[in-house]
Amino acid sequence: MLWKSNQQQKEGEGLDIICKDAGRELTLTLRGELDHHGAKDVMQRMELALDAALPLKLTLDFSGVSFMDSSGIAVVMRAQRRMRALGGGAVLRQIPPQAKRVFDAAGIFRIIPLEEGGSSDEGKTE
Amino acid sequence: MKVKPNNYIAIEFPSRSVNEGLARAAVAAFAAQLDPTLDELGDIKTAVSEAVTNAIVHAYPQELGRIALRASIFDGNLLEITVRDWGCGIADVEKAREPLYTTGGEERSGMGFTIMESFMDALTVRSKNGKGTVVTMKRRIALRPSRR
Repeated sequence: MLWKSNQQQKEGEGLDIICKDAGRELTLTLRGELDHHGAKDVMQRMELALDAALPLKLTLDFSGVSFMDSSGIAVVMRAQRRMRALGGGAVLRQIPPQAKRVFDAAGIFRIIPLEEGGSSDEGKTE
Repeated sequence: MKVKPNNYIAIEFPSRSVNEGLARAAVAAFAAQLDPTLDELGDIKTAVSEAVTNAIVHAYPQELGRIALRASIFDGNLLEITVRDWGCGIADVEKAREPLYTTGGEERSGMGFTIMESFMDALTVRSKNGKGTVVTMKRRIALRPSRR
């Protein structure tokens, strides 16, 4: 099952979630700018996707996130809380350098693991 | 004695969340004349986003209010950013600056000030109950060899 919501938004604007549902594994790909303005909508759609799929593993793919502030931290903390309640867990994948600096500053990888090869700035010096 | 900036921008907007993106884009465009790296630019945009979001969420919880954003450049490649509101003020600034502390509920992480502190060289917060809040952040942009 693959669907793309919020298609009225132009590329690079707002935020898109692409859901890929394979058995009990759900992948959500976030696109656009993840700030307070966009996070509310993302959280609501994430909740809907989780309620529909009831996955044991949730992968949040950040490859399309062009900007993220601490609103993104609230989103992934919420995701992990929901996944633990379902008896599963969440992982992060493909995090661009700017978002990774925000996650690093918050120490978020102690709560939600970064999937192997999950950072898109590998080889880049800090 | 107040040192005059070499250049500055000042913009004002109502506390609508759609203006968060505008605020950080405006500062990023202004800061570009300091020839920052992508990482530096990302840090600045993130810090501006946090400060403006705080004003939108906390200063004016029930109504729309005025937010003034100012970015100035001083000698030595120093960027100073001020975000001012005339909202309800922060009751306990020390507490508000603690990591994970938030009055914003599940939608907020409580990491805004922590991010501002770690991404900028200096952060000061002045707040008065019922009068408003002024957040001032400074970041020195490294001079790069490629610069003339």
